[in-house]
Amino acid sequence: MVEHTGIRVVHRGGSKINFREPVITSDSRFLLCGSGESVKVYSTSTEECVHDLQGHTDLVTGVVLNPSNHLQAYSCSADGTVRLWDFTDGILIKTFIIRYHIFSIHVSEKHVGVLFVVVPMANEKGSELFQLVAVHLPRSGDPEVEVGELSAVLCDVSPNPGAVSFGTGGEYIAAAKGLQLEVFFFKKQKSYRFSLKSGMNKGINNSFTCISCHPKEDCIATGHADGKIRLWRNFNQKKEYTYSTLHWHHNAVNTLRFTPEGTNLLSGGIESVLVQWRYTQENQKDFLPRLGAAITHIAVSPDGSLFCTSHADNKITIILSSVKVSAIIQGLVKDDCVRTDLMIDPRSKALVLNGKPGHLQFYSLHRDKQLYNLDIVQQEYIHEQGVDQFQVVKAAFDTHGDWLATVEERRQKSSELEINLKLWSYDEQTQSFVLNTTVTAPHEDQITAMCFSPSPETTLLVTTSLDGHFKAWLLADHSDTEESASWSCDFVGGYHLLKPGCCCFSADGSLLAFGFQEVVTVWSPTSWELLTTLSQPPGAVRDLCFGRLSCSKYLLGTSTKNQLCCWNLLTCSLEWNTPMDVSLLQADPFSENMAAFCSQSGSTDLFVFKPSEPRPLFSKKALCTGKVERAIFAPRDQMLESSEEYSQWLNRSQLYFLTQHMDLMTFSTKTEEDRLLASSKQLMVDDSVAITPFYLLLGRHKQQQQEKQELLTNPLAERTPLPQGSIAIKELLDTPAHVLPSASFLCSMFVRSLLVSSSSASCQDAMLTWGMLLPG
Amino acid sequence: MGEFKVHRVRFFEYMPTAIRAMSFNAHTERLALARVDGSVEVFNFADRYFQEKVIPGKDAHSIEALCWVGGRLFSAGLHGEITEYDLENLRPKYSLEAYGGPIWTIISNPQGTHVIGCEDGTVKLFEVLAEGVQFERNLDRQKGRIISLSWHPSGTRIAAGMMDMIRVFDVLTGHAIQRLLVDRSVGGCKSRETVVWTVVFLSDHTIFSSDSAGKVQVWDGHTGTLVKTHQLTKWDVLALSVSKDESSVVAGTSEGTVVQFQFIAPNLQQQEKEWVRTRTFKNHTHDVRALVEIGTAIVSGGMDTQLVVRPLLEKFEEKCFASGLRRIHFPHRNLVSCAQKARLLLLQFPGQLELWRLGESDGHGKPGDILPLKTKPEKLLYLKRKGKDHICCSALSSCGGWLAYSTVSSVRLYRLQTDNNISITKVPKLPKVLRSAHQLCFSSESSYLFAASSQSSVLFGCSCLGENDCEVHVYNLQKLELHCMVPMYSSCPSAMGIHPTTNNLTMVHADQQIFEFSIAEKQYTVWSRKLQMQGLHNLWLNRDTPVTHVTFNPKNPDQILLHDMYMFCIIDQSLPLPDQKTQFYNQMTLRSLSEQERPSHLHAFKVCKSFQDLMCMRLLDDQSLVVVERPLMAINSQLPAPVRQKKFAT
Repeated sequence: MVEHTGIRVVHRGGSKINFREPVITSDSRFLLCGSGESVKVYSTSTEECVHDLQGHTDLVTGVVLNPSNHLQAYSCSADGTVRLWDFTDGILIKTFIIRYHIFSIHVSEKHVGVLFVVVPMANEKGSELFQLVAVHLPRSGDPEVEVGELSAVLCDVSPNPGAVSFGTGGEYIAAAKGLQLEVFFFKKQKSYRFSLKSGMNKGINNSFTCISCHPKEDCIATGHADGKIRLWRNFNQKKEYTYSTLHWHHNAVNTLRFTPEGTNLLSGGIESVLVQWRYTQENQKDFLPRLGAAITHIAVSPDGSLFCTSHADNKITIILSSVKVSAIIQGLVKDDCVRTDLMIDPRSKALVLNGKPGHLQFYSLHRDKQLYNLDIVQQEYIHEQGVDQFQVVKAAFDTHGDWLATVEERRQKSSELEINLKLWSYDEQTQSFVLNTTVTAPHEDQITAMCFSPSPETTLLVTTSLDGHFKAWLLADHSDTEESASWSCDFVGGYHLLKPGCCCFSADGSLLAFGFQEVVTVWSPTSWELLTTLSQPPGAVRDLCFGRLSCSKYLLGTSTKNQLCCWNLLTCSLEWNTPMDVSLLQADPFSENMAAFCSQSGSTDLFVFKPSEPRPLFSKKALCTGKVERAIFAPRDQMLESSEEYSQWLNRSQLYFLTQHMDLMTFSTKTEEDRLLASSKQLMVDDSVAITPFYLLLGRHKQQQQEKQELLTNPLAERTPLPQGSIAIKELLDTPAHVLPSASFLCSMFVRSLLVSSSSASCQDAMLTWGMLLPG
Repeated sequence: MGEFKVHRVRFFEYMPTAIRAMSFNAHTERLALARVDGSVEVFNFADRYFQEKVIPGKDAHSIEALCWVGGRLFSAGLHGEITEYDLENLRPKYSLEAYGGPIWTIISNPQGTHVIGCEDGTVKLFEVLAEGVQFERNLDRQKGRIISLSWHPSGTRIAAGMMDMIRVFDVLTGHAIQRLLVDRSVGGCKSRETVVWTVVFLSDHTIFSSDSAGKVQVWDGHTGTLVKTHQLTKWDVLALSVSKDESSVVAGTSEGTVVQFQFIAPNLQQQEKEWVRTRTFKNHTHDVRALVEIGTAIVSGGMDTQLVVRPLLEKFEEKCFASGLRRIHFPHRNLVSCAQKARLLLLQFPGQLELWRLGESDGHGKPGDILPLKTKPEKLLYLKRKGKDHICCSALSSCGGWLAYSTVSSVRLYRLQTDNNISITKVPKLPKVLRSAHQLCFSSESSYLFAASSQSSVLFGCSCLGENDCEVHVYNLQKLELHCMVPMYSSCPSAMGIHPTTNNLTMVHADQQIFEFSIAEKQYTVWSRKLQMQGLHNLWLNRDTPVTHVTFNPKNPDQILLHDMYMFCIIDQSLPLPDQKTQFYNQMTLRSLSEQERPSHLHAFKVCKSFQDLMCMRLLDDQSLVVVERPLMAINSQLPAPVRQKKFAT
């Protein structure tokens, strides 16, 4: 088998936006946060992603505003570089190569041209000790600069960026680790250490978790693992230092932040309540409760008008200073495990999977944004360890997306399993799913598989369970009564009291296959007649899949004993089989292709094949470490036209999968990357000209001109050349704004200049663009 | 360490009363403490917080405030009198009616002038003379009672806390020059007046006030304006105290917390300072009624009856005795007397005496077993004192035939019959000289009663010894004359005993040093010198409470038995002394060793910690031990319920 290098495994969408503290720009219009390998720029008012700053080749571990230019931001990454961005235009300005795994970045207005980064003591990945070093940025015009000069400031600091903070005017830096607080004064070049007594013998964990320095006064606030906040004062003395203690949080304080004026202190923790303490009036506090999930970071805009909190469920909440939520930026919610399969909502083409506890989330892969959450369990979630809650374990859509079936279960210790099957119908008016039928205890034991019949005539749902039965559920039409249609059980079947593990409909819905442990049975869903049984070498059936389109005569099955078998349903015989430990078999709904994820010695290999052909179309060894349990073929919004054989399988759909560490990965082909590169090239500009929207517009025109010329040389070109109006535009743009006549006059002149040309759609384009630009 | 049959006595229902007021004399390092029952205790802070003096209380004579003038101690209370105490004879010297109704507070200024605040709204100035106090004049009379007072350090102004307001008086003219209104509680009842429990006047004319609405307020005394309000609690803030350098103020609340305020520069480079609330200490379960900041520590006491010394760790360069948190629960003297022969226990309460007969058991068992009782312990006698004065000491002869107790006004001796039918008869006509005694003691054969009247003393055996200001005198009882004096030692002896056979005097001091003095040779014994040469183990020296009793094992003359609140110890003089490297608490280790290995690990100090909260430990004549415990849990359970506090998750 040949390895294909043209296809790369990439992160696309769904990365963590709560990994590090976000940054609000000084005009409070944008919010910057590291997201996987890129930095995302969101609008704080519309929640939309404005720019995706790409360039880092590893996880982004910190974003800070450039203290000397508020329109620029530094980002640091595990790839050992610090990059300077113009975030309003999304342009990479400079790359500083540091060659250490950087864990966090800190800046201060007082230290111009110096960055403070946390790197491992020894340059190894597994190192446990970290140090804070000052990076003196070299003044050089090159876009890529190697930084040579690093000077250590503090040794043995915490890699958590929340545990380091600059004090009043950058005169000192405070860092906390374990039970020790260290304050380093730059002027005196002297550090003071304060340690707390370990309360471990009393069952208290009072180690430091986070730190924030008061912006005006010399006061350091520290958060502790036991929920206390300490305010340290007089810390320029070894003995006479003092602190006061505030206590509201019942669990560790995750993050602390003073507002820019220092009048308030914000704190957050697992309680998912934002607490606002009045500085020096600490018993007056405001709360913003029910923020949904544990607060991991708090950021405050430089003017203090906006706060934002990052949450454990991959969410950023933007909060007005009046403690009101104004916007929520929600990423893909990733719990530590996904119990449902990955699904595609046929209507919205959104990825559907477990979200918040008891919810299904609809996540748009193209826009990298959560569309909405559907509350399945409809019960209040209680945050407490050891409390068993209902969990959504199965979900399925029918072919048109009219019906959604969900299964929730709860198993309390030493009590019976509770299962609910819920059927949801799509409501056109509210554009969401409405609960239609709830079946309590549809089976006596766990439901192992569930699928809708793809046939257009009947709406049929089949569930299989460990209690040895499968059940067919039909939408019973009560047209004679006033009641709306509801679902009821139509048929209960089984096979020799074996436990069914999986089920699958053929593409046209005429056949239904069940895997009863070692035996595959094929049924007719119309008459509920057992058509045939296919047995195979030992090992329970793990996955079953019918072929599609030209391969619909084939049924594929995988077993726990490392077998991948293909039966021909016309002859009812085994067509071929091959020894493989297939952990997941996934059929592409738009082609004959099948994807098989095989786990082999701790990593996963992927094979893409057609059932009719013995040779795989594509294979990739060591895709990722660990087992792949969930994958899905998602349709593309734009077909790719790849001619190369190995990437043709990605033309119509895209394969997404979840790794063991809950990273959503996908495959990108060369053509796709070329296309992306082309779109980003539009933003590439000469260094000689200032980058302005005007320039970009002009540049686009230039580009179009070039294209037109190219087209002219092409005999197939039909379009007329660009109108002469471009000269007028140029004139208009080159003249300084204050000497220009009024806009109304200009507009008519400008339109007239466009009318000179004979006629074409292109001038309309230009007008539209202008029309959009002028009000701004 | 030898095996004993132990009587574990828990029927002594000793109940200390709440602490009401405190006053610290920085010059002599003595803390005077007043309890709700009217008793006054003096602790020596230079000598490991040893309770030097106890002046018993009196019925209907509660104390609201204490104050020192030089070495003299004054108190005032709701009975309306100013009392000066005779600290030599441990009794009130005189009382002076102030004619202003109940007195809420008494303070003095360095010039030696007293002021008191009265219920009728007058602030009265008294002059302290050599032989007494004399009324000088009244300041302007106000409406409403005067709860608290504070002198400005210059002596020209007085701040007075009243109901709903604070007034500042000019002492020269006697007029009120400022009126500071204190808000009523925000959440609570608006009609309820706010009581300004304490005020503190600082030299920069800043006034601190604490009130019943849970606030500590900072005022500018020049302009009479409010600078800052700190809402500490929903309940009362009852006590305030300022440090000597005026850089720290502590406040005690009803929730049992002590909150510290410090005078700190908000910006480290600048000189300007402001008062910031800093640390919170929680060492009490109930109201903190009295609070003193003594420079290196915060001393607090309140409803939960314990005295807590919370050191300020930043004032200490290294770990030492004073840098540890100390809690003083029990008096540093004996409240239990034991008749070793008759197996009787005499329990002393302020108002009565109880005589108990110990239970008996003839069972045998392994160490640690609980033996079945043949006869239950039995309360034989309940003797109520006569008169208003509380009992200050009591004694029981070892044969059980005699009983004596003393109050500040009289000594009573009783003849006891406990064999079949219990009877008690007062011995009349005690000598007139014996008006009161600080210590009472029967001789071992019960033929003599020794009473120490003018100074605290302990009397023993065929010799008698008294102590005064850490001096120990030995008297010869046959000749009734002073035999010799033990060399002076700086620390007060907390317990001593004379060995019945060797006639050696063993003394344990408040600083935990042990001396053995041979009365016959009038010098320290060889063992004592060896002990001093080698030094005591650090773990012994750093124990919390003083040794309150020393006794000897008549069967084994090498053994000295002593105990404090948390342990009892047998010192075996025949065994080697431990040095700093040896494991001091070695009983567990010894138990795990085999018989052959044990002798090499033995040392002279055998400490047993299996009995806690010890009030008394005695060795009976039949070689069984009596251990009187008073568990602190039992004391806490008898306290009134504390103020309601919101507890998390309730």
